Amino acid sequence: MNIKVAFLAILLMALITYIPRVLPLAIFRKEIKSKYIKSFLQYVPYAVLGSLTFPDILYSTGALTTAVCGTVVALILAYFEKGLVIVALGAIITVYAAGFIL
Amino acid sequence: MKKNFLYGLKRGIPIALGYIPVSFTFGLMAVTGGMPVWMAIFISMSNLTSAGQFAGTYLILHGAGLLEITMTTFVINIRYMLMSLSLTQKLSQDMTLPRRMLIAFGVTDETFTVASMEHGSLSFFYLLGLITGPFIGWSVGTALGAFICSSLPEALSNAMGIALYGMFIAIIIPPAKKSMPVIFIIVISVLVVCILRYIPLFSSISSGFRVIISTIIGAGLGALLFPFEARDNNIQEMRE
Repeated sequence: MNIKVAFLAILLMALITYIPRVLPLAIFRKEIKSKYIKSFLQYVPYAVLGSLTFPDILYSTGALTTAVCGTVVALILAYFEKGLVIVALGAIITVYAAGFIL
Repeated sequence: MKKNFLYGLKRGIPIALGYIPVSFTFGLMAVTGGMPVWMAIFISMSNLTSAGQFAGTYLILHGAGLLEITMTTFVINIRYMLMSLSLTQKLSQDMTLPRRMLIAFGVTDETFTVASMEHGSLSFFYLLGLITGPFIGWSVGTALGAFICSSLPEALSNAMGIALYGMFIAIIIPPAKKSMPVIFIIVISVLVVCILRYIPLFSSISSGFRVIISTIIGAGLGALLFPFEARDNNIQEMRE
């Protein structure tokens, strides 16, 4: 990782995060009426996080078998709504343990 | 004025407490991925967002280009437009332009949800109080996670490669359980990203643009097939 490039990327991220927050507050006085645009905007996070996670999660630990174990545990914990930290910890511990067993 | 600020501060405390474990995990993850401690903290203090900075950090750690990082962050954070737009309807008369610009920085899924549920109009000092706690919680949590990570054994940090994905799964699965459109959107997006990744024809498309393309197709199809009438109730479900 190049520190200068990373720093520039972070500044751009900060700017690009701020712009959608500030523009409507600073300029607009009306609400979006189109239900399609409203729906699209609300669906975006799911689409982004879904396509960031799969299939990359399978390559995240260096071994496909441990990654599959971690993924399954994460899915189960998330299904029972255990929260971000528990799900992440559960996946880490599973991968760590599976690394010794498999 | 002071009363409004203190009331806002009080309303923000549960959000701040909720942010600490999440940002802690973020700090841990960023430093495990090879980022300096100060940089992880700087990301949290300057971005103050979850999904957008997770994705951006992920791309930075994987050596993605600036255009990809910027576009991915933009696509994720474009939803804030909807929230800020909705907030403009409730602002009180004391919201001058500089005040609006300051408050805009603190618009998150959670502060938006709390603010939009208040009765009556939103004053500047209430909003300032509301965003103060979450900002501190997010920054302090990141710092704790980043510092603790520096002293972790290496065997464990290998297993932590999965942490970020675990968090993503924790964000999308609970709402997916309750909503067919959300399941549909996730499946379509993952399908598109796999096609772009594994079919050699598309091998020139970089990872960041794969995500952007599959997001636009997934969320776009979702909006066309399942436009919803009720306003804003999904925002609460996708938080954390």
